[in-house]
Amino acid sequence: MFKNPEELKYTKTHEWVKEEDGLYVVGLTDFAQDALGDIVFVNLPGVGDEVTASKAFSDVESVKAVSDVFSPVSGKVAEVNEAIVDDPALVNNDCYGAWLIKVSDVTGTEDLLDAKAYEEFCASEA
Amino acid sequence: MELKTPLYEAHVKAGGRIVPFAGYLLPVQYEGVIAEHLAVREKAGLFDVSHMGEITFKGKGALASLNHILTNDFTNMPLGKVRYSIMCYEDGGVVDDLLVYKFGEEDYYVVVNASNRHKDFEFMKAHLLEDTEIEDISDSVAQVALQGPNARKIIGKLMKEEDIPEKYYTAKRDVLVGGINCLVSYTGYTGEAGYEIYTANENAEKLWDMLLEAGKDEGLIPCGLGARDTLRLEASMPLYGHEMDETISPLETGLDFGVKMSKEEFVGKKGLEERGEPKICRVGLKIIDKGVLREHQDIYVGDDKIGHTTSGTFSPLFKTSIAMALIDKKYSDIGTVVEVDVRGRRLKAEVVEMPFYKRER
Repeated sequence: MFKNPEELKYTKTHEWVKEEDGLYVVGLTDFAQDALGDIVFVNLPGVGDEVTASKAFSDVESVKAVSDVFSPVSGKVAEVNEAIVDDPALVNNDCYGAWLIKVSDVTGTEDLLDAKAYEEFCASEA
Repeated sequence: MELKTPLYEAHVKAGGRIVPFAGYLLPVQYEGVIAEHLAVREKAGLFDVSHMGEITFKGKGALASLNHILTNDFTNMPLGKVRYSIMCYEDGGVVDDLLVYKFGEEDYYVVVNASNRHKDFEFMKAHLLEDTEIEDISDSVAQVALQGPNARKIIGKLMKEEDIPEKYYTAKRDVLVGGINCLVSYTGYTGEAGYEIYTANENAEKLWDMLLEAGKDEGLIPCGLGARDTLRLEASMPLYGHEMDETISPLETGLDFGVKMSKEEFVGKKGLEERGEPKICRVGLKIIDKGVLREHQDIYVGDDKIGHTTSGTFSPLFKTSIAMALIDKKYSDIGTVVEVDVRGRRLKAEVVEMPFYKRER
């Protein structure tokens, strides 16, 4: 029932990641945005900050709750998506378009899942 | 194991996201908290609140018992009137907050919080005066709340005009809503006009469906616990376990209006007197920095910890974060800027007037 595009990789903490022009683009999955409900605030790191695989780099607030967002990769924040700071609902409306950060100088990744494995993981969590 | 209200199947069928709450399985949301919240502010929403507890007080001693056990004064209360009260421990801490309905000189109906129901009933039994019979009828009673500016119009489609309670905090019993015997109360927990409707379990689903049908053209949608919480917070209505509990006195949390210290005696009066003038009070906070305030966050002025938040959320109406807090009285002036520890970040917030939201009458 949740959309998990084939071309992306996924974490067990419900982030997606893809490589694009040498940068790793990170966002929240459909499962995550649905579980959070109406997202009202995204606290992003600054450009140049270091992120570490499997460590929290952001928190996302919905009306109901706050949730950490974990980095799928280790590296340096090259860009942050200012559009979602101004309009956090973008993450609900288009979670695979509304990325959170882009990471450069990647030194490692956590064990990532492909779409099929992630889908199975979500099913086992539900 | 969690209980199901008589409307459980209706919630599942309508796509409600079910969560355990106060021992019951209830929908936290259907469409989304913001949409449901705004529907209640602008049009109308329907809530299942069947988890609430109902306890009857009957007999010659009922009035004396209520006056003894509860902090408010029920002497000279008119028939059909609803009155808010606190129930205190001997030391002045809060057992629960509740509503008392009067339907006869020896016939009262008390509505309590779901999570406190058993504790409340035991406490009432232990402090009961003579000639009073009390009964916990919660398991046979369903309750729905129809709230919002269009609530009057919607209920008007299903009731005789003269059966609808006219004034805020009044109620009518044994009236028909779409042919179903109900208790209809002009009360609510959202800050909007609306009705809380009680009926027997077996009628609940039919009542629910009829109300939704009657409200279809008035923008009525089913709402979950998420919106119930954000609505009551905007209206600055306290919630047991947040703004009050067994350690907090009603006078410390701004509920003086429900405590009649002029009464000769009641359980907790001495304790409240011994506590003396409260040093803390309940205030409203509005965030200045970016972020969302939540419950149980420490509040600072400089290095001094002055209190903590009791409830906090993102307000769908004001599109910013608001919270209620219990803080040192010295810092409670409107406009005072404080810092709240939000997960390790110190965010600025301002003390503002409560209620945050007040409907136009």
